[in-house]
Amino acid sequence: MLSIRNLHAEVEGKKILKGINLEVKAGEVHAIMGPNGSGKSSLSSVLAGRESYDVTEGEVLFDGKDLLDMAPEVRAREGLFLAFQYPVEIPGVSNINFLRTALNEIREYRGMPQMEAKEFLKLTKEKQKLVEFEAKLVNRSLNEGFSGGEKKRNEILQLAMLEPKLSILDETDSGLDIDALRIVSNGVNELRNANNAFVLITHYQRLLEYIVPDFVHVLYDGRIVKSGTKELALELEERGYDWIKEEFKTEETAG
Amino acid sequence: MANQVSVPLYLDLLNGFEGWLAMEGSEENESVLQLRQKAFEQFKQLGFPSRKVEDWKYTPVQPFLQEPFEFSPVAVQNAAHAAINLEKAYIDGLEAYKIVLVNGKFQSALSDNNLPAGVTIKPILEAQEEPAFAQYFGKVVNTSKYHFPALNTAFFSDGLFIEVAANTVVDKPFYLVQIYTGNKNLFVQPRNLVVANRSAGITIIESIVSENPESNLFVNTLTEVVVKENAQVNHYLLQTAGKGFRQVNHTEVSQKRDSVYSNYTFSLPGADLLRNNLHVNLDDEHTESHLYGLYLVADRQLTDNHSFVSHLHPNCQSNEVYKGVLLDKGTGVFNGKIFVERDAQKTNAFQQNNNLLLSNTATINSKPQLEIYADDVKCSHGSTVGQLSQEAMFYLKSRGIAEQTARRLLVSAFAFDVTQNIQIPALEEHINNLIIQHIPAEQELVKA
Ligand SMILES: Nc1ncnc2c1ncn2[C@@H]1O[C@H](COP(=O)(O)OP(=O)(O)O)[C@@H](O)[C@H]1O
Ligand SMILES: [Mg+2]
Repeated sequence: MLSIRNLHAEVEGKKILKGINLEVKAGEVHAIMGPNGSGKSSLSSVLAGRESYDVTEGEVLFDGKDLLDMAPEVRAREGLFLAFQYPVEIPGVSNINFLRTALNEIREYRGMPQMEAKEFLKLTKEKQKLVEFEAKLVNRSLNEGFSGGEKKRNEILQLAMLEPKLSILDETDSGLDIDALRIVSNGVNELRNANNAFVLITHYQRLLEYIVPDFVHVLYDGRIVKSGTKELALELEERGYDWIKEEFKTEETAG
Repeated sequence: MANQVSVPLYLDLLNGFEGWLAMEGSEENESVLQLRQKAFEQFKQLGFPSRKVEDWKYTPVQPFLQEPFEFSPVAVQNAAHAAINLEKAYIDGLEAYKIVLVNGKFQSALSDNNLPAGVTIKPILEAQEEPAFAQYFGKVVNTSKYHFPALNTAFFSDGLFIEVAANTVVDKPFYLVQIYTGNKNLFVQPRNLVVANRSAGITIIESIVSENPESNLFVNTLTEVVVKENAQVNHYLLQTAGKGFRQVNHTEVSQKRDSVYSNYTFSLPGADLLRNNLHVNLDDEHTESHLYGLYLVADRQLTDNHSFVSHLHPNCQSNEVYKGVLLDKGTGVFNGKIFVERDAQKTNAFQQNNNLLLSNTATINSKPQLEIYADDVKCSHGSTVGQLSQEAMFYLKSRGIAEQTARRLLVSAFAFDVTQNIQIPALEEHINNLIIQHIPAEQELVKA
């Protein structure tokens, strides 16, 4: 589904991604872990198409198509979804209107008719329940004044509504209390199936007790330096990241 | 003189006044004639303002007054196109009493005739015997200071007199469709007087449209509004006129005790020049005023909103929110002055002006002014200029929303502080649609 090959990217002239390779197949869940500042959010930004990043080398194929050649909205319509680490607040744009607009633009791209108002409300209600999202929040301005947990649940609500093929969750678990973490994880587990895939970016092994990954990767200094199964996450939890830093530090970062 | 600009129209007006009076003024009563004479002398002194005049610093009128203009009422009416198309002013779902004016002149055949009890509407030239006319006409506005109102008072022809009787609350809005049309360059000067008597209530929607594919129309409008004790007036102005259209629109309001006046001004792309002067005089205690404005400025348009709220008595509240969206090579001007007299204790005055620059060739000049002589007041003002948030744009696009749709959502959201206050759902929807229509697919965005 997703093939990342030797991906290099920089922002404001600073090299951030230094040769990422990753294969994600339908039905799989991958976890990407790593210390702060190692490039996890940068990788998700590059995949989603944030304009401030320049790709200097490598390629990304999404279902065989050149992902990097697509505008951000086309990537989304093709089935890529990024749950943001820090979702923006957009005063004056109502959550529900935003959801309807997004859903209909994606449906139009896929040759489906606009969703009837009634059907849309039914779908929204159903998905709201999935992430225990308070009904009154959907009529409010997008993320405005939402708590951290509400924002993260809103990301998963959108994910549930838009039914992407590949979902990247950028530290969706950070800052969540145990109840919210359980809710978010249940949501993701409900949505998992043989045709979609998830990339969970996380700092903490705790999430992986709720959503069990098929593969765990360690991203450090713009490279995937280790890959394994869920046991690797446990090892990281126990030993921390210092040994990774020791083992893989480059001349640049050592100096 | 340095404070005046030299345009051919100025001399034409000076030379034409006597003859004009002889033709048009023969049936007017003495007090109106005296008012015209006095205002004419004032205009002769004032002339058309140059940019040396503080209130016209950012708005040069000279380029809009270069051509020779015909200004006699006969010429103005004769130049009107025979077939009047009201489509441009159509608002889907709006329930209102429709009144149509062509080049300022009331058109009975095109207007609704089933007017509600308690409301008097007639052409201003036929209203001179009305007691409210005698009491208020020319008394709300001070022509000695203001160039265009002085000129209007000297030369006005046509326009409306509207009076609502005490305790009459009109069930539907009045929709005043003002079409300006002509196959020649015209200088048109309509004059209106609105009087809402004690405990009356009225909503007026003014819609200004134009039909002049080959000529230029300059419209100098003066409207006086009197809101008497405990009366409520909702006053909407919708400017959607097109190319070749220029307007100075001066609205002078006087509010009496316990009255509420709400003004909503929507200036859309199209016209060459829109200059709105909105002066609200709080002439007694316990009044409430709302001034909402939204301007979208495109092409090479110049849109200038000058407001003046004058707190002269204690315990009055005023609230002003103006928002601007600047496109293309458009220029926007906002000048909002709040004046608080020494006696006006317990004044509550709020003002906000926010601007969104969607093009790096557009310009905005925003100048809030507070002049406060009382000490026990709550006043605040703020002015901002910004661009669309790239973060918000990326967020919306990352959910599959097209660039243009995303931009429209964000511009509508920006305008929401103003549009949410529109009390008439059909009008709110109409305005929202107009905003969306004018956000282009491809817009050169300001580099962050
Ligand atoms: N806009 C930017 N300009 C400059 N440096 C940036 C920018 N965004 C991120 N970085 C840098 O890129 C590196 C990786 O950051 P990030 O991808 O956020 O890491 P992570 O998500 O793993 O914590 C950090 O050193 C960070 O300072
Ligand atoms: Mg991060």
